[in-house]
Amino acid sequence: MAEQKTVTFIITRQAGPDSAPYKETFNIPYKKNMNVISGLMEIRQNPVTADGKKTSPVQWDMNCLEEVCGACSMVINGTARQSCAALVDQLEQPIRLEPMSTFPVVRDLIVDRERMFDALKQVKAWIPIDGTHDLGPGPRMPEKKRQWAYELSKCMSCGVCLEACPNVNDKSNFIGPAALSQARLFNAHPTGEMNASERLNGLMEDGGIDGCGNSQNCVQVCPKGIPLTTSIAAMNRATNIQAFKNFFGSDNAH
Amino acid sequence: MAEHREFLTRRLHSLLGVIPIGIFLVQHLVVNHFAVYGEENFNKAADFMHGLPFRLLLEFVVIYLPILFHAILGVYIVFVARSNTKNYGFFRNWMFVLQRVTGIITFVYIVWHVWETRIQIGSQGADYSLMEGILSSPFMFWFYIIGLIATVFHFANGLWSFFVTWGITQSPKSQKIATYATVVVFLALSYVGVRTLITFAYGV
Ligand code: HEM
Ligand code: SF4
Ligand code: FES
Repeated sequence: MAEQKTVTFIITRQAGPDSAPYKETFNIPYKKNMNVISGLMEIRQNPVTADGKKTSPVQWDMNCLEEVCGACSMVINGTARQSCAALVDQLEQPIRLEPMSTFPVVRDLIVDRERMFDALKQVKAWIPIDGTHDLGPGPRMPEKKRQWAYELSKCMSCGVCLEACPNVNDKSNFIGPAALSQARLFNAHPTGEMNASERLNGLMEDGGIDGCGNSQNCVQVCPKGIPLTTSIAAMNRATNIQAFKNFFGSDNAH
Repeated sequence: MAEHREFLTRRLHSLLGVIPIGIFLVQHLVVNHFAVYGEENFNKAADFMHGLPFRLLLEFVVIYLPILFHAILGVYIVFVARSNTKNYGFFRNWMFVLQRVTGIITFVYIVWHVWETRIQIGSQGADYSLMEGILSSPFMFWFYIIGLIATVFHFANGLWSFFVTWGITQSPKSQKIATYATVVVFLALSYVGVRTLITFAYGV
């Protein structure tokens, strides 16, 4: 029988939020078409490092396994991406896995993306439809616009665009590209439009849209192909106009 | 207004980079180019600029204060970025880093340049022979070449991001054409500036 092929993983691990990170190397048997997650599952079955030491199983986050939930993002060979969609055959070996550095580590490869949800709250990325009585059906959306908006709605808060952004880090308060684009999505919705100025004012709060420095990494790395930089430029224009309305007190300042 | 202070400060930073600092830069390089047409022409132009009414007020409002604001906030902006071209080596990411590197070079260069050609010589204006004296040293010649190219790059690439910051270029296509246009600005202004420096240094 031919010699068993192996795959080598070098994983940056961390026992808890406040512990020091360390690296461990694992050699696991190669299987055809395996991805990073199936590799991690292999390690979980037999958590023994390359030099034969028994260790705790590596922890990671996952859910959909088809690149739609965003939970499994990690830094693979230097760049942030979804581990469920990272095929071992297409990766250089050894495969280096690290948690995304932009977020606090919970354990091993699991990070806490709470800041992304705080960012969505800052820009009010939802449509308020609750009332004390039935508000009836909202205005309809043209089909062409719906198709366009659908592309923006694909964001899964995976955090890859924040990880790739040089301005999202521990020294800056920038909320990152994802939420900026979500403000555009909800402002484009015929019902959401009714609260457009609230979202624009959210974008103008500290850490908002002014934190963008146009490195444009976000649009290159987004797994969903969201036109983030177009959204940012569009929201730049909209917030500038809103700022004028706020200052000069136009009737449309609401 | 206090609640949007950061936003408004950054918008002011962006605006000042072009109006008035960028416009001053273009004017400064073009007027200095008179040197290429001879010492007398340069001195006439320099005297005219130096003799403008309200000169000191103009200098403060159009040049010193805007640059001071832009530069101090600029250094802070440089400090809060974490460059990552190693893992994300895209064209715009390199431009992002270069914008910051040239900002720092520009800062050092401007401080020295203003000291040498404005503060040190007192209230009389700079003239051809002053620049000739400075630039005849090869070290200073190359210091000026690097400072000039860095400043012009910073302005041209800054113009590109200015168009984004003010929501003028939104689509990828318009942003791409803006890239070509700002490359032309970079090359043209670099030529004007370098040509002038060569005249001061080598008299040709
Ligand atoms: C002749 C002097 C200068 C000119 C003409 C100039 C021009 C500009 C312009 C037009 C922009 C683009 C604004 C925008 O993004 O909308 C800019 C951005 C910038 N400038 Fe300057 N600048 C000058 C000096 C400086 C100095 C001394 C620094 C200090 C380090 C600096 C740091 C920056 C930074 C960091 C940005 C990027 C801001 C961002 O992308 O968020 N600049 N500059
Ligand atoms: S915009 Fe793209 S990269 Fe950013 S969080 Fe959403 S899906 Fe992920
Ligand atoms: S597990 Fe859902 S995106 Fe990878």
